[in-house]
Amino acid sequence: MNGVHDMGGMDGFGKVEVEPNEPTFHEPWEGRVMAMVRAMGANAGLNIDMQRFSRESIPPAIYLAASYYQKWFLGLKRTLIERNLVGADEFAAGRSLRAGPPLPRGKFSMSDVARIRTRGSFQRDVASQPLFKVGDKVRTRNINPTTHTRLPRYARGKTGIVERINGSHVFPDSAAHGHGENPQWLYTVVFAGRELWGDDADPTLRISIDAFEPYLEAA
Amino acid sequence: MSDHKLHHGHDHDHGSELGEMQLRVRALETILTEKGYVDPKALDAIVETYETKIGPRNGARVVARAWVDPAFKAALLKDASAAIRTMGHENRVGDHLIAVENTPRRHNVIVCTLCSCYPWEMLGLPPVWYKAAPYRSRAVKDPRGVLADFGLTLPSDTEIRVWDSTAETRFLVLPMRPAGTEGWSEERLAEIVTRDSMIGTGLPKVPA
Repeated sequence: MNGVHDMGGMDGFGKVEVEPNEPTFHEPWEGRVMAMVRAMGANAGLNIDMQRFSRESIPPAIYLAASYYQKWFLGLKRTLIERNLVGADEFAAGRSLRAGPPLPRGKFSMSDVARIRTRGSFQRDVASQPLFKVGDKVRTRNINPTTHTRLPRYARGKTGIVERINGSHVFPDSAAHGHGENPQWLYTVVFAGRELWGDDADPTLRISIDAFEPYLEAA
Repeated sequence: MSDHKLHHGHDHDHGSELGEMQLRVRALETILTEKGYVDPKALDAIVETYETKIGPRNGARVVARAWVDPAFKAALLKDASAAIRTMGHENRVGDHLIAVENTPRRHNVIVCTLCSCYPWEMLGLPPVWYKAAPYRSRAVKDPRGVLADFGLTLPSDTEIRVWDSTAETRFLVLPMRPAGTEGWSEERLAEIVTRDSMIGTGLPKVPA
């Protein structure tokens, strides 16, 4: 979706402000939100792309004003309500009002903690061969789905070079919406700064994205 | 919400809003616990893991090893996940990690313009600035301007290569080993590898 989360190339947000000796969490609730998102993601079958789409779907004005873990909380709330795991009335009441459906992987317990410490693999074997090889010139498609995609707006309809083939991976555009993993070849595609930002761009700049095969066509 | 919060991207103002988030989050944890979805002790363990066990020291050990061991460095640049797994138990890492090498001709910078993708296993949880709009918006368009915000100025003919983490690949910058560190032990070298030097917004810090 063409949401405000897709920020690459936008102006006006000001300087990067670095906080020296930043703590892992600024408030204890931030850590609890992170842990709940990880736990429910792991055991309730909420994949990373569903979680991302829930945060991208936060209304733009709220998205921009919310802190990072506020966005995680709002995204988790939306997902839990959509999946009938927690009712809106229970959020309002601040307590459980009824038994919920069991989670696909059961209660998140101490024995599950080690499993989420290491990222899972997104590589999935496919029968097809990659359409492109390293060095090929490719153009990104001009797609504007209202659903989840990982092709940023600044890199649509642009010509670049395939630099790496990263294997075949779960396709976020499908997985975010419960349409299966639909694995696709994944490429690192590099663009000249001037291709993305015009003739005034820094001539020493090159930018890459990791692009799934359906985002690309031969150029 | 206040402009202050918008500007900093995180919540360190005071008053009712902060209390409200604490209450809302505590209520959700109560609901999930009552429904039998989570064990709060397991949530404690997740929080503790990221507060105490996983942080930039993990990545710094990898960089230091690459600086002293050419065979490890070659393996790291070929397949970072596989190479790091050979280091043993303390550096657990999943798939799809890619190490990118800084050279006198090329400086690498990592960003996630769409959300906050970051090599958690190597660097811990990302700092607020990495997840906030100023960095995410400008890193791909004006990376030299962003580096200037960090006090970093590079030669005008150095290639700036920005890696936008748009998939489940994750990137770790292998910074250049600073001059004057010849003969240093791996442990001593790891001490000068900063978090920002592995994102590309800084350089290793040699004590004066």
